[in-house]
Parts: sequence; structure tokens; C-alpha cells
Amino acid sequence: MTEQLVLSTGEAVLFWVLAPLMVLGALALLFARRPVHIAVSIAGVMVALAVLYIALEAPFLGVAQVVVYTGAVMMLFLFVIMLVGVDSTESLTETLAGQRWIAIVGGLGLVALTIAIVTRATFASPVGLEAANADTNPVGVARLIFGDYVFPFELTAALLITAALGALVLSHRRRLGPKRGQRETVEKKLATFAESGSATAVVSAPGPGVYARTNSADMPALAASGETLDASVTTVLRVRGQVLRDEEAAAQTGRVAMIASGAPVFDTTDEAQLEDETSEIEATATESEGAEGAEGADPAGSDHADRDDAGDSSPETDEGDER
Amino acid sequence: MTLVHYLVLSGILFSIGAVTVLVRRNALVAFMGVELMLNAANLMLVTFARMHGDLHGQVIAFFVMVVAAAEVVIGLAIIVSIHRTRGSASLDDANLLKN
Repeated sequence: MTEQLVLSTGEAVLFWVLAPLMVLGALALLFARRPVHIAVSIAGVMVALAVLYIALEAPFLGVAQVVVYTGAVMMLFLFVIMLVGVDSTESLTETLAGQRWIAIVGGLGLVALTIAIVTRATFASPVGLEAANADTNPVGVARLIFGDYVFPFELTAALLITAALGALVLSHRRRLGPKRGQRETVEKKLATFAESGSATAVVSAPGPGVYARTNSADMPALAASGETLDASVTTVLRVRGQVLRDEEAAAQTGRVAMIASGAPVFDTTDEAQLEDETSEIEATATESEGAEGAEGADPAGSDHADRDDAGDSSPETDEGDER
Repeated sequence: MTLVHYLVLSGILFSIGAVTVLVRRNALVAFMGVELMLNAANLMLVTFARMHGDLHGQVIAFFVMVVAAAEVVIGLAIIVSIHRTRGSASLDDANLLKN
């Protein structure tokens, strides 16, 4: 069998560099946890596919692959993940017994089968697209699309319009009540305020953070009565379990409860605790001059590098004022 | 290194996509598996186009891309609307017809 098409060494190198990367990226579909990671790695797989298309003498399809898949499809996926995916935790309970193992065995069998078929089949000697791409590849593809395939191409237009309309219909939310504008919202708020007399009906929801110790977004605000206000932390952090550590919140709660109990705080604490607190204040002050805050020892603290270092030292002086 | 290597790669990618659809419960992830299967099929079409020196394979791959784009739009809209009504993006939770 005489090979008419000789693949260059460069193409072999390209293939052997890209193919393992693509398989690794695709395996993220099976093993990665977060949908965002999966989407990004699949986008990488699609870029690599585009490169392979160009190597396979299909530059038009390569460009279309980048534009359509990585540019449109995967970005659409990312948008939808942002809409729904943050708390889309995956349940690991099997609803069908043994389904996972059967699927994995079946997948391995499919790999073996396709490889066996592809490697054992005898193909005619590869021709290559030199002749077909004589007038450049896009011209050749266009001749076919607007020649033999005009009718399917026209149908494609109908398909795309139908898809666009379908997306509009599916994501349309029917309005069930009358439209609520700014005026209606205000009137409703004030009506509840008049009824209940509680100020929370009118004011906005509390923001996260406690001025006395930390203002980071993962620290729930404290009510005047001392308990933490869960509503002040964004849902995303709550779902991820990144709300500030319990002991930190508990310390804040206890402190506020002491202050709220009326008497000056120092009068209710004994001398030893006072000593402890002052040394803690000094430690905090020295540590806060370093790169890390007082929570540097806390493993969770590294996640919150955005925390204001000044916020660690200034609260103690505020406390001093209160005392 | 022959064109058969491309076909093997395409088969591996297709199988990974198929197993993903079977194993993962997150609707978005399963949907990405479908996309990977479509792409693997495209790779095979393009490879065969080169093998036979015939651009028809590339044209079919082009149509697959167009249909996949339309399918993604509709599929994601369905996922979003199910998430809106049922509060979940898990494939197991969409069982209204069963119960």
C-alpha cells in the first residue's frame, strides 16, 4: 500500500502533545467536583480540538470551532453555571444499584470496541485534501455548502430561529401578579412598618462583618441582642461553608452580649482574663504589622486575604473607648 | 503516526463523554458530556474527510456544529427553567412524571 499522504513530524509532535492534554481535560468531566472547573477544562479541550482541525487541513472548521464552541457554547455554559451551579451539589447516592460500575465498565468496553474497530479496519490509503483545498479550504467548503447542501443550509436558518424563540419561551416567566414598581414596593414596606412597628421592615438587610473585629464578607453581622444574623452573609459563602469560623463568631457574640448586659465590661471580668486580653491585644497589634493578620494561625484565615489588616488592631482601641 | 491515531483519540473522547452522561448527576455536567461526544464525532468526520480527500465530511461536521449550538441553547434554557421551578440542577430531581 503506497501512502499518498505523509504526515509530517511536526504534526506527530503536535498530536502527541495535544492528545494527552485533551484526554486529561476530558477526564475532568468524570473526576472534577466544581462545574466551573469542568467547564474551563472542556473549553481547553475544545481549543485543542480546533488546533487539531487546522492540522487536519480544515482551517475553516478550526476557526468555527473556536468561535462557536469556546466562544459561544462554553461561555453560555459558564453563564448558566453562574445562574444555577454554585449550590448544585451532586448527590452521591445511587438511585439505581450498581449503575455507576456498569457505566464505567460499559465505557471501558466502548473505548476497547472503538479502538479495536478503528485499528483493525483496513482503510484505503489516505488521500489528503491537497486537491480539494486547491482554492483554499473555506472556498471548497463554501462550494459544497452553497451547492449540494443549500437546502439543509436553509433549514439550518429555520432551526436557529426556532432555537432562539424556544429559549425565549422556555426562560420566560409569566407575571402572576400586578407589576410591582418602586412606588408599590415603598408603600408595601411602609404598610408593614405601620402594622408591625419593627424597623427591619423599612431598612435594608444588614451587611456582613463586625466592625469591632473584622469587616470581611464571611463574618455574619451581629444583632444588637448578640446573636449572629445569618441573612447578612451572601448565600454563596453559606453554601460553600465559608462563613467565618464558629469560634470567631462565638467570641464576638460573647463580647457583644457582655457589652449589651449593661455594666462596663471590665467590671464583670476578673483580673486574669483582663491580663489575657491585654496580652492578646499586644499580640494582635504586633502581628498585624506583619503580612498576616491575627488569624494567621487559622487555616481558614488564608482564604480571606482580603481582610483588612488595620481592622485587626483598630477594634481593640474602639473597645477601649467603650470601656 | 497515521490518521488512525486521530480516530482512536476521537473514540476515547466519545467514551468519556458517554460515561459522563451515565454517571454524573449534575445536569450541566452531563450536558457537557453530550457536547464532548458531539465534538468527538466531529473529529472523526474531519479525519475521514482528510483520509478520503473529500470535503463532504467537513461540511457535515459544520452542520453538526450548527445543530449543537441550537441544542445547547434549548438545553440550557430547559435546565434554567427546571432549576427555577424545582430549585435543583440534579438530573435525579426531575422525576415529576415518575411520581
